[in-house]
Amino acid sequence: MEPTLASYLALSGILFTIGAVGVIFKRNAIGMFMCIELMLNAVNITFVGFSRFYNDATGQLFVFMVMSVAAAEAAIGLGIIIAFFRNRISVDVDDASILKN
Amino acid sequence: MEEIVKTLFPLIVYFTAIFLAFNGVLIIVAYTVLAERKILGWIQGRIGPNRVGPWGLLQPFADLLKFIFKEDIAPDKSTKFVYFLAPLVALICALMPIVVYPFGPPIKTIDWSFLPYGLGEGIRQLPLVIADFDVALLYVLSVTSVGVYGIALAGWASNSKYSLMGGLRSSAQMISYELAMGASVLGVVMMAGSLSLTKIIEAQTRYPTRWFIIPQFIGFIVFLIAAFAETNRVPFDLPEAETELVAGFHTEYSALKFALFFMAEYVNMFTVSVMCSTLFLGGWYVPGLSRIFEYGSIPYAIVSHIAFLLKIFFFLFLYIWVRGTLPRFRFDQLMSFGWKFLLPVAIGNLVFTTIMVYLGIF
Amino acid sequence: MITTLLFFLFAGFAIACAGLMVYHKNPLYSAISLIGVFIALACIYMLLAAPFIAAVQVLVYAGAIMVLVIFVIMLLNLEEDKPLTRLRHLYLIGSILGLVLLAQTLFIFYAVKKSPQSAQEQADAGLTLNIGRAMFTEYLLPVEIAGVLLLMAIVGAMVLSRRLKETRLDIAQKEKRR
Repeated sequence: MEPTLASYLALSGILFTIGAVGVIFKRNAIGMFMCIELMLNAVNITFVGFSRFYNDATGQLFVFMVMSVAAAEAAIGLGIIIAFFRNRISVDVDDASILKN
Repeated sequence: MEEIVKTLFPLIVYFTAIFLAFNGVLIIVAYTVLAERKILGWIQGRIGPNRVGPWGLLQPFADLLKFIFKEDIAPDKSTKFVYFLAPLVALICALMPIVVYPFGPPIKTIDWSFLPYGLGEGIRQLPLVIADFDVALLYVLSVTSVGVYGIALAGWASNSKYSLMGGLRSSAQMISYELAMGASVLGVVMMAGSLSLTKIIEAQTRYPTRWFIIPQFIGFIVFLIAAFAETNRVPFDLPEAETELVAGFHTEYSALKFALFFMAEYVNMFTVSVMCSTLFLGGWYVPGLSRIFEYGSIPYAIVSHIAFLLKIFFFLFLYIWVRGTLPRFRFDQLMSFGWKFLLPVAIGNLVFTTIMVYLGIF
Repeated sequence: MITTLLFFLFAGFAIACAGLMVYHKNPLYSAISLIGVFIALACIYMLLAAPFIAAVQVLVYAGAIMVLVIFVIMLLNLEEDKPLTRLRHLYLIGSILGLVLLAQTLFIFYAVKKSPQSAQEQADAGLTLNIGRAMFTEYLLPVEIAGVLLLMAIVGAMVLSRRLKETRLDIAQKEKRR
């Protein structure tokens, strides 16, 4: 029994679920950031899987785009986290609610 | 029986190849350590280790025995799991690139028909590389870039301020110099038209000036400097600067765990030497050798392999020579040198190479 | 046979590491687990005959992004996550969302399994040559846009992390020194 397209999609779905649940459960900004990276990666598996099963390079090009977006996100996201830490001495997202009241 | 032999045969071949390559590399690494102590001794007007065996030749084994029998101490408040994981990560990531090194040209003259069950059928050549795959260069770059976790995590897990400083410095330094290293290699990749190390060497056998060091001299210098920084060697050994940070990231490590870090550093030096000689000095290729021996014959392979080793030893000697001569950078100097000098030069070299390749000069 | 074995090995490793990442309260442990996921996924890409993507995955995710994350965690010296206090209903929402997504995954698994798409015999789409050809002919514009995006990210990160005025962290550190 070779792993079929369905098994790769299932792996992707499970990882995406873990990432999505993690974003909600995590309270610190870095944890949420890492969960978002996990979700992006889960999507990449489907792209590479389809690319393999249809033998088309387009899926891998998409992965490339996702990776550059993830790199940009890392630079900006960590910059925001550091700026936030400087002003609040914490990376807890609950502390970022000064506009609430 | 025949079926079992036929399925196991490739596995046995690969395991033998990996075993030979790893042990060869580890022996060279062990004697690099001895050579470093000897050469440093000569540079500084000392004799160097000369007690164990003739001229101190058994010193590496004595060191190893000492490391094994020392007491293994972990700091009380360290994070145990990460503390034990870090040296393993460092050594495994250092050893992994060995599988793609092209140690020599393929041997084509051996007749493989003596193997039982017709296993020798269809084997045309014996490649002197374990895995020749499409993205070997990227593989080496990526695996060595993972090696930084060993250092960063060691610094964090030791729960000591010197170690933490070493880990922080190391991760900042690695990220900065990786860019310059990647950009300097791109010129070679563009001229060879491939990321496979064997194809890069092949391209150099066809190229008019033979070795890429002549058209890519700027790339070579940038690569060498960035590689020195990637391996945390003098003059970029800030993560373990002994005058500032005691011993940096491995302050709290002792016995065999320290030995793993130590070996990882020297295996990384070996990797850099292999990459330098493969990318810029033609790897195993010696110009004009095919006039004396036939390409693909056993003597050709042996002479090429010795030439390859000599090139590697030259770069290893360069490491030691630099260590004996140059002082250490300050951290801000290191950062501004990497970002404001090396990276622009590497990108300039890339643009220059692009124009030259487009015009058909290279 | 060996492909199946390797697939389940790496898939299991990836899922276990992902679970640990969410479970751990200490951000550094989470980060290490996430690196495990990335490396397992690179191995999965190798199984899918995409060596270039696999190498880039390790180079970009494990070698660059996660080094930055670990650097920030070490620099800020982050402590463990506090348990949820005010937003308790988030647990409920999160669990429901997780169940819905899992159900969806199961549905997709069986839907795709019913119409099996066997792998193409030819597997050369993942070679560097073919990716490069696609990248610089058919998809040239997206690649350039990605380049501009990265440039914007560089400038943005520099602006964000510049120190404009005295922040609360500076004041706290000054008080500590006194």
